[in-house]
Amino acid sequence: MADKLISKIPDGPLAEKWTKRKSEIRLVSPNNKRKLEVIVVGTGLGGASAAATLGELGYNVKVFCISDSPRRAHSIAAQGGINAAKNYQNDNDSVYRLFYDTIKGGDYRAREANVYRLAEVSAAIIDQCVAQGIPFAREYGGYLANRSFGGVQVSRTFYARGQTGQQLLLGAYAALNRQIAAGTVASYPRHEMLDLVVINGEAKGIIARNLVTGKLERFGAHAVVIATGGYGRTYFLSTNAMNSNGSAAWQCYKKGAYFANPCFAQIHPTCIPVHGTQQCKLTLMSESLRNDGRVWVPKKDEDVQQLRKGLKKPSQIPEEDRDYYLERRYPAFGNLVPRDVASRAAYVACKEGKGVNETGLAVFLDFKDAIQRLGHKKVEERYGNLFQMYEKITASSPWEEPMMIYPAIHYTMGGIWVDYDLQTTVPGLYAIGEANFSDHGGNRLGASALMQGLADGYFILPVTIGDYLSHKFDEPKTDTSAPEFDAAEKAVQERIDKLFAVKGTEPVDAIHKRLGQIMWDHVGMARNAEKLKEGIKMIQELREEFWKTVKVTGSQYEFNQELEKALRLVDFFDIGELMAKDALNRNESCGGHFREESQTPEGEAKRDDENYMYVAAWEYKGEGKEPELHKEPLVYENIHVATRNYKD
Amino acid sequence: MDFNLKIWRQKNAHEKGEFVTYKVSGIEEDASFLEMLDILNEDLVRRGEDPIAVDKGCQSYGPVSFDHDCREGICGACSLYIDGRAHGPDDQVTTCQLFMRHFKDGATITVEPWRSAAFPVIKDLVVDRSAFDKILQAGGFISVRTGSAQDANNLLIPHDQAEKSMDAAACVGCGACVATCKNGSAMLFVAARVSSLALLPQGRPEAANRARAMVAKMDELGFGNCTNTRACEMECPKGISVEHIARLNREFLAAKFSE
Repeated sequence: MADKLISKIPDGPLAEKWTKRKSEIRLVSPNNKRKLEVIVVGTGLGGASAAATLGELGYNVKVFCISDSPRRAHSIAAQGGINAAKNYQNDNDSVYRLFYDTIKGGDYRAREANVYRLAEVSAAIIDQCVAQGIPFAREYGGYLANRSFGGVQVSRTFYARGQTGQQLLLGAYAALNRQIAAGTVASYPRHEMLDLVVINGEAKGIIARNLVTGKLERFGAHAVVIATGGYGRTYFLSTNAMNSNGSAAWQCYKKGAYFANPCFAQIHPTCIPVHGTQQCKLTLMSESLRNDGRVWVPKKDEDVQQLRKGLKKPSQIPEEDRDYYLERRYPAFGNLVPRDVASRAAYVACKEGKGVNETGLAVFLDFKDAIQRLGHKKVEERYGNLFQMYEKITASSPWEEPMMIYPAIHYTMGGIWVDYDLQTTVPGLYAIGEANFSDHGGNRLGASALMQGLADGYFILPVTIGDYLSHKFDEPKTDTSAPEFDAAEKAVQERIDKLFAVKGTEPVDAIHKRLGQIMWDHVGMARNAEKLKEGIKMIQELREEFWKTVKVTGSQYEFNQELEKALRLVDFFDIGELMAKDALNRNESCGGHFREESQTPEGEAKRDDENYMYVAAWEYKGEGKEPELHKEPLVYENIHVATRNYKD
Repeated sequence: MDFNLKIWRQKNAHEKGEFVTYKVSGIEEDASFLEMLDILNEDLVRRGEDPIAVDKGCQSYGPVSFDHDCREGICGACSLYIDGRAHGPDDQVTTCQLFMRHFKDGATITVEPWRSAAFPVIKDLVVDRSAFDKILQAGGFISVRTGSAQDANNLLIPHDQAEKSMDAAACVGCGACVATCKNGSAMLFVAARVSSLALLPQGRPEAANRARAMVAKMDELGFGNCTNTRACEMECPKGISVEHIARLNREFLAAKFSE
């Protein structure tokens, strides 16, 4: 079945591929667009912008989200910014440089053509967002302001204080609202997709549960777009929202869509450390803070001990006793190394016994120098809301003492495999944004998730989906009484009944926390074959235990958050297991995936291009059966593949 | 820390609700308010109502339903009226960013859903805020087609004006303003959107229509009138100022005159 992995990358020079592809795509006339129905699942940056744009083009769109309003999607929480190759700073930025930085940042595990297109459309995103009324930060002359993010040496990140994701999402949501008012888009909030319906090998609809009434509902369409984000919540503790989940993507996998590079999960270096056993959520502190904040740990063990016991304040440690380890190890990029590098360096510092906080699992992020250099007002303007958030959570003021930070699960680069058109291995099924795997390789650069979500949703999918739909306009509306819908609904009903039938004693979250601990310990920041094998066994055992001991309260036909969580956890077990299997297969260190067996004498990640320069695309083979690995070779025609170097 | 939680329980939109008081203990002071509710819920799942409820023989409701998602104060999903204040006793935070260190050990804490005719209860502490979406659908946007925008730097916006627009755009749509207002008015919510766009040159062409359409929709959906009590501003988790209501009023009047 390997022939399903056809990436459909257009021929010709890199810079002309997208133009070429666009010119090949067949058009659909306006009167035919009205007859074509598209389902979009998810209303984050990708889903909302795609649904709005498809509606505006004249398609008949249905958009679904699990929250009470499309505006709550987790893109809203993105803080720092969005990249675009505008070169407004005259620092010699270009589409090529953004492309190059993204490929390099991803440790040479992303597809050249997709990434180049992303960089190519990035500038139009900023134009679009400004036109929508997004109040990006401005210079005093009225021009747009920029800042820097990790892994780059130019300043190309546009931002709206520490709330860039919120502002961009409100822009996409406003565009969506405009289409809802115009009648081109029907919105279904508080609906959760529980299965994909495939008829004659093509995606034709979904089964969704109305989260208020609990009823299962059927929706048909000519094509389905998955924009449901990542699966970071497999780890329980993460920066993802509590309701973020991988279930919609997972149902697609079980219906034939290949799942690519599941082990590529991003661990973000600057999160507020775990504070106790009752925590359910980790809070990110924006990467933008590394523009001006300096990361350090104490040099002396006695300082470490006194800091941990609270006998000394970090501000009392003199300059010469601080180890600014990122500046020391990576002089060329300093505190602005990519996330995977910064996370691992923090992990190493703590492992060497230099970690602070009561737990020994934290490092400092210090603004003392920035406050001196820039003044209180400027720092307030740049990071005010982040400082406030930090203080509210920790009861410690970053104006007085450095922040304490530690890495946490944040984003998943892996996802549903898609071709250049963003179509999955199931015809008519598309995946966009974090839900697909295509643009970030082994590690995503900061401020690139927003860029990808909006690139896919505004500018790429609405064009490429036309190629598929242009062949479908004479097909009648999908009949939701078809036997395939019956079967899919029945399967969902059985899954729900099975959960209620367990009648055990353990709350869903209690079991999810244990899964998260297994994932963090065995499929976390430093992986090895032995730990991974053990992890797979533990996940399987915990899954068995879950089906004997879980207690799902209430009933199906009501608003029931316990049932929602249980259904998602069922899939998190499977996702976790596949992540571990993928991590076991990939015996190299690359991006956020660090295999202890594969490192340089200095402890840096060591890629194995000879054996692993491919996308690992997994095919579902049935319940309890081993998934099959397919390999899409990665070919670099325009970039010289090298060891990542952030030292000089 | 130990608390008595007096929580509004309501099975669905049609049945009557009541307060039930539960005991929670061993709460860390660094736990958030919602983490405390998580702990209560785990306990309710494990042991059922009887051992935990202070009022013996109460109905069995199961775990408490409440809206929440990002838990970092930005998605606007969480709500809760806590001890008579929207989002509880701390200023300028949403409930998910409220920490138990702000409460006295042993206290009884009253937890209610948003109370407003325009936000009917779905279950327990969960309300239906879709009226907010409808108001924004009436005109809370700039009509620009994807791909038709000019270069972003062709539109100069003075720094301070962009900042002011951003102050208003920080609204998370949680509904605290409505829940707090004695008239159940959504003026601060509407004003935040109208003002944020009206302050920008790209928002001007539709400014009058936007103000008129959104206010009309707000009235139609059963929100009350604004009588300038400023309670909304006091309870807004994002500190959005009533000066935006003044700007909305100016836009609204201008729209009237242009009719």
